[in-house]
Amino acid sequence: MNETQEWTTIIKPKDKLLSVDLKELWRYRDLLTLFVKRNIITQYKQTILGPAWFVIQPLMTVFMYMVVFGGIAGIGTDGIPQPLFYLSGTCMWHYFSDCLNKTSTTFVSNSGLFGKVYFPRLVTPLSDVISNLLRFGIQMCLFIVVYIIYAFMGGCPASPNWYLLLFPLLVVMMAGLALGFGLFISSMTTKYRDLSILFSFMVSLWMYATPIVYPLSMVKGKVAAGMDLYTIMCLNPVTPVLETFKYGALGAGEFIGWGWLLYSFVFLVVLLFLGILVFNRTQKSFMDTV
Amino acid sequence: MSVSIEFNHVSKQYRLGLVSTRTLSHDLNRWWTVNVRGKEDPYLKIGSVNDRSKKADSEYVWALKDIDFKVEQGEVVGIIGRNGAGKSTLLKLLSKVTGPTTGTIKARGRIGSLLEVGTGFHPEMTGRENIYLNGAILGMTKDEISRKLDEIIDFSGCERYIDTPVKRYSSGMTVRLGFAVAAFLEPEILVVDEVLAVGDAEFQKKAIGKMQNVSQGEGRTVLFVSHNMASIQRLCQSGILLEKGFVSYAGTASETISKYLSEQVVQSEYQNPNPHANQKLVLLSASVGPKTGSLIYTSTPVQIRFTIRVNQPVGHLVVGFNLMSSFQYPLARADYNDQNGAYTLEPGEYEFLFEIPANTLSNGDYKIELDVAEKCVRNYAGEQSVLTFHVDIDEHSHANTFSENISSKMSIIRENWLVGYEKQ
Repeated sequence: MNETQEWTTIIKPKDKLLSVDLKELWRYRDLLTLFVKRNIITQYKQTILGPAWFVIQPLMTVFMYMVVFGGIAGIGTDGIPQPLFYLSGTCMWHYFSDCLNKTSTTFVSNSGLFGKVYFPRLVTPLSDVISNLLRFGIQMCLFIVVYIIYAFMGGCPASPNWYLLLFPLLVVMMAGLALGFGLFISSMTTKYRDLSILFSFMVSLWMYATPIVYPLSMVKGKVAAGMDLYTIMCLNPVTPVLETFKYGALGAGEFIGWGWLLYSFVFLVVLLFLGILVFNRTQKSFMDTV
Repeated sequence: MSVSIEFNHVSKQYRLGLVSTRTLSHDLNRWWTVNVRGKEDPYLKIGSVNDRSKKADSEYVWALKDIDFKVEQGEVVGIIGRNGAGKSTLLKLLSKVTGPTTGTIKARGRIGSLLEVGTGFHPEMTGRENIYLNGAILGMTKDEISRKLDEIIDFSGCERYIDTPVKRYSSGMTVRLGFAVAAFLEPEILVVDEVLAVGDAEFQKKAIGKMQNVSQGEGRTVLFVSHNMASIQRLCQSGILLEKGFVSYAGTASETISKYLSEQVVQSEYQNPNPHANQKLVLLSASVGPKTGSLIYTSTPVQIRFTIRVNQPVGHLVVGFNLMSSFQYPLARADYNDQNGAYTLEPGEYEFLFEIPANTLSNGDYKIELDVAEKCVRNYAGEQSVLTFHVDIDEHSHANTFSENISSKMSIIRENWLVGYEKQ
């Protein structure tokens, strides 16, 4: 028998670029569920309000938006009641930004654990993305409750349509985009720590480049720096996902079109693929640099 | 028997100084030379030997250099070396925490690593939840843990508190729980780093027993790092001595230990380089060692011998030594005239033998400062004649008296005053 065939583990300085061991990741699926459980259990331990914060946060955010953007700035909402409009945007966006913030610090915040024991590092960001789903789910329930209240009150122009069936796909896309960006950022910040400072405020600015506090229809036909502002907005891969959700759930504005949604999807696939490659390369040596 | 682990010219390089200031310019330079010009990595060549005491003349250092050895299946290997010799780096490479710079490591079977006890414990979660979490981190599946849960809880001895958050545990209990999980790992290769140093005596005994089961009963390969020579001797068949990143010796466990002890900075012997000095008194030689065997245990009498030559009668002769802790704290004093009231000796050569009785010293490091002097006139034993020795904890007792570690403890007495006990 060939000697090399018998070895089950071979540790080399650098693996081939495409050596993501999915089988190994599958073997550690129990760890993934346990990490998810840990994240959920420990998030609001020793707080008085506990999971109520899941609901309080978006409510307060929406209230601020109503005052600042709806009230002071007077930005329209495509005829949709302000709370519904803002809530749909913030829930989706917060899921994205929470995932991104969590996954982008994977290496730095888990260095103690990673320095002591080996397991596929990809488990950690994956568990972050999954455990954030709980919070997202609760916030979605809040959205539905508010929606129902408006529906009962009558005279609400918002109504869901068939595009809402895309919802599961949209959530997966949000998660995938956040994970993809997070993997990239976490890999880069192990070496050059200033990037984490850059990214942390980039994420908060990014929100304004995404139609959350204003409808996308507002920028239609506007031109900035010689380019169509609408196109620029749609190049942001989060925009098509968010817009499709808003259109499907509220019937706000118009469908962004399959083309842009496909663009987002392709962007996501490429990003995730490259992100995993970079992440995989980093995990081998990051303990020496972090 | 087949080879279980094989290290093939493995080296690991670290950059000195602040690792976080890793600069773009170095990275670019490396990338340029390696990928564009197709030459060797410029930073791989200049690494210097890993010697902690010397000032580095290069920015890079080899923590491990050209490590090459094989471990048979079922073998228990002790890895010995001074601090910074590369022991932990070696274990880190094997447990895939970090990658080697050059070379390959091959292994057969699952590798379970125990570089720390209770890795990933979350203080807010209960003992039971943490068993699952820790077990999964170490590579067990949920079913496996569920199957062994009762045994694990039983082994840890934390049954009463198993549904209490771990943050309410004492540090000892946390360690017990962590070790209990690890003890039920079933990898073909187990990598253990100095985890037995923690925990109380009873638990240490249990842990060592469990490790022995693991290695002897079940044919598992174990790599074990410890500073406790006694436990290395007891657990391991073979040893590897690391020195400044090289394998300086490999052989049976006891050979490796004695090799290590002989190379230590411990000075157990002194020979006067100038024995014919023209002075009233000459200290010719001195040595310290166990009465029997080669290691000093708490249960071994410690013998101190020295020879002096008296050339001229001395008015008030002093021949003795001060026993000091390794932190220079004076502990005891012994003299040749303690019992006989003598103050002087006839010219000639004399050999003195002192003996510190068994169970007097607790484990730790000690110094002996020799006194060969004419009282209030001159001491003829110089600084070079200071002897040092190390007392290891006894093989059969696991008392947790570390005089080294307990700063409040100033006595040298290792309390072993129990005469006996019987059931009434």
